[in-house]
Amino acid sequence: MTNSIEEIGDARCILAIGTNTTDDHPIIALEIKKAIDKGGKLIVADPRKIDLVSRSHVWLRQRPGTDVALLMGMARVIVDEDLLDKAFIEERCENFEEFKDSLRSFDLNHVSEITGVPAAQIVEAARLYATHGPSSILYAMGITQHSHGTDNVMATANLAMLTGNIGKPSSGVNPLRGQNNVQGACDMGALPNVYPGYQGVAAPALVEKFEAAWACALPAEPGIVLTEMFHAMAEGRIKAVYLMGENPVLSDPDAKHIDEALGKLEFLIVQDIFLTETAQFADVVLPATSFAEKDGTFTNTERRVQRVHKALDPVGDSKPDWQIICDIARRMGAQGFDFANPSEIMEEIADVTPAYGGITYQRLDSGGLQWPCPFEDHPGTKYLHADIFVRGKGRFMPLEYKPPREEPDDDYPLILTTGRNSYQFHTGTMTRKSKGFDDMHGEEEVEINPQDAESLRIADGDKVQVSSRRGKVTTKAKITENSPKGVVFMTFHFAETRTNLLTNPALDPISKIPELKVCAVRVEKP
Amino acid sequence: MQVDTTTLTKTETDTITITIDGVEVKTTKGKRILEAALDNGIYIPNLCALRDIKLPTGACRLCQVQIEERRGTITACSEPAADGMVVHSNTPEVNELRRKILQIMLARHPSVCLTCHRRERCKPGDICLRLVSVTEDQCVLCPKNGRCELQRAVDFIGIEEQPYPYKSKGFPIEMDNPFIVRNNNLCILCGKCVRICQEVRGVEAISFNLRGYETYIGGAFGKTLSESGCKSCAACVDVCPVGALTEKNGRYAGLPDRVVTTICPYCGVGCQLNLEIKDEKIIRVVPDPEGPANKGQGCVKGKFGLDFVGHPDRLTTPLIKKNGQFVEASWGEALDLITAKLRNYRGDQFAAISSAKCTNEDNYVFQKFTRAVMGTNNIDHCARL
Ligand code: SF4
Ligand code: SF4
Ligand code: SF4
Repeated sequence: MTNSIEEIGDARCILAIGTNTTDDHPIIALEIKKAIDKGGKLIVADPRKIDLVSRSHVWLRQRPGTDVALLMGMARVIVDEDLLDKAFIEERCENFEEFKDSLRSFDLNHVSEITGVPAAQIVEAARLYATHGPSSILYAMGITQHSHGTDNVMATANLAMLTGNIGKPSSGVNPLRGQNNVQGACDMGALPNVYPGYQGVAAPALVEKFEAAWACALPAEPGIVLTEMFHAMAEGRIKAVYLMGENPVLSDPDAKHIDEALGKLEFLIVQDIFLTETAQFADVVLPATSFAEKDGTFTNTERRVQRVHKALDPVGDSKPDWQIICDIARRMGAQGFDFANPSEIMEEIADVTPAYGGITYQRLDSGGLQWPCPFEDHPGTKYLHADIFVRGKGRFMPLEYKPPREEPDDDYPLILTTGRNSYQFHTGTMTRKSKGFDDMHGEEEVEINPQDAESLRIADGDKVQVSSRRGKVTTKAKITENSPKGVVFMTFHFAETRTNLLTNPALDPISKIPELKVCAVRVEKP
Repeated sequence: MQVDTTTLTKTETDTITITIDGVEVKTTKGKRILEAALDNGIYIPNLCALRDIKLPTGACRLCQVQIEERRGTITACSEPAADGMVVHSNTPEVNELRRKILQIMLARHPSVCLTCHRRERCKPGDICLRLVSVTEDQCVLCPKNGRCELQRAVDFIGIEEQPYPYKSKGFPIEMDNPFIVRNNNLCILCGKCVRICQEVRGVEAISFNLRGYETYIGGAFGKTLSESGCKSCAACVDVCPVGALTEKNGRYAGLPDRVVTTICPYCGVGCQLNLEIKDEKIIRVVPDPEGPANKGQGCVKGKFGLDFVGHPDRLTTPLIKKNGQFVEASWGEALDLITAKLRNYRGDQFAAISSAKCTNEDNYVFQKFTRAVMGTNNIDHCARL
């Protein structure tokens, strides 16, 4: 997030797009409520009638996968009605003219046709966002999990720059992170193209820096991303994998392909706290400690590094993940893995990662710190881009609308979109092992609009088969107005119903995120 | 934009000093007397104040204090602290008022758990000489025993006799929610649960139902919790001062041996949670009021979703697959096998898949291992999913 969680409560306009905040980030939903209580306006853009809709002032019910058109449509209104922040654009941004040209193809009638949202609503939303600031954009996987997810993200940034809603309190573009430490995993360089702190592996100066810091030679070629790794496994280019705390067999798109890829491996190490569906494929399984049995830090969605404290002793012979990895490294003769505790690891992190430069366990003991925190007495950073963008000038991105990779047709006439339920989490590894959660939501359902259900002669609770070009699953139908006509919704929490057998692995060309939010399916009685 | 010069000196003028029971305490302008006292470790009995969240309603009237140069008694939860104010919170006069209030309250709340002289020594299984028959009347059988705010208030003020006979309310105990138990027989109608649900959580799942003597708290319009849109966040449980609302799981676990503050392992909000530990098990989870991101709030996952930690299926030893079957192995065996194998796969035929669930330190070491030892940049995690 560019801004902090508590700032949301003071926003005067919030645009929540592609986030089911009430279910997935309940604490952020409390801030949205605060903002509304203080007279703030809420715009919700979501095809599904999520909880937030009942609090919204404007609900834009766009067709799945048409966010670029919707956001560019709003930008067009802002430009046409001259509601832009000219001083901000002038001083802080570049490439505005090119961007403005690209708005030409987003005539409101056309946008309305693509998105299914009435033009008047787009105008209303645009005016609110532009004139009722500070305005804050919140988004989650509903924006990123598309074959054009990067365009979606850029479209939100365009909107924020256009109206000067960035670099000041209670504004900004705020992705809500789904997992406790996605932010931290990225910050730490668990990515194929960057070292810790987003320092590129292709930049010779940085390679040199890390070769010196780690006293070893480093590869110059960037690695490949997760989704490509599975192709490489299937093709035999990757032969050995060490996997820690993930369950791709349930979470990744086109699950059948994942099974095949893992099956081809010559050697697979899985390190986890349970024998997950993925661990079944392993040659060696290593028992790790859970968060409750280890010391360390997590970095939350607002870039706040917070201290995880060990509450319990490890179960059986299990060990903290870092310790296992260090053991293996030392046995392989490597230097630089002699950490006595996580605090020493943080010292090394601070040494090599500018944004974490001022972070120490001692300082974290009196509350978390938000990066960038470059030196010892730096207080941390509540919101980014205050005086200058990280890259200097904020660059407007001209965009064009690209439809989802797979659109409904005669064979697969419905759109499937996926997400979460508030009583389960991700692949269920944790919630399904806690009491009560399965009582609240214990099996997969496919949410379907009453009109679609009627034409398919499906009744509430019927067993149905959902199939796509990639696979099929059986599940229970739930008839609800929450799903718009032509769109069905499923979660991916249940090993019994592998929703990701259906989803489309088509990737965004830049972020390499798969299009989990849109694919074409058919629903029928088995 | 115009610069508001009044805000520039705010920090200096903001701190004020008041005297409570002869002790000078510092507080900030705008704070109520009750907050100022509690912040400084001075206990003023109170049952309906929602600290730091919303202004109190003054409903229980237990926090009455005397202020010099002011007439009568004043509720400390509603009166803003003013510089130089002199407050007496523990005088015979206010305590007598409080005693009367509590005695009336105890006509509708069991009181043996509050006044029995054997309370401290009584253990589960002891036979109570008072022969109290209804189970929740017995203090050792109240899930809140030892953590109850009403107990604390009664202990503070001291109640030797109870002039009004206790009459049970006779409500059935509500168990339909898988996480939360409501026992309205113990409810003192302070209204905190209703207010937190409505004002902070924005859910409005529960309300005051019926009137007068029959008043009770429950699902709005007589609905059950699940019908009323309840999200099972348990914010209501966390604020209930008595045993009326409790966590179903570990209800009778009692007081923890220790409390460890850590961060929720679920979503990216990063709620700070207090794990209450007893006999090396997590018996209860309470969102930390000091948590920078969550300020005392949480959700059903953080509050009730940590059972997996103590689940019997947890992996306890390395496993090696032999002839398609997993066989238990020692660390030595497993690591020998791994080091022998991995040596053959250095470079781009190796890939590491890291985790958004693991700590920064785990992730740092893992990417360093992949790059420095395995010689490839093939490392990623599920950020994209
Ligand atoms: S659990 Fe949460 S939503 Fe349910 S009644 Fe209590 S405060 Fe309201
Ligand atoms: S249930 Fe607890 S919090 Fe709610 S009114 Fe009764 S005593 Fe107060
Ligand atoms: S308690 Fe709920 S909202 Fe808070 S971090 Fe955990 S999952 Fe997220």
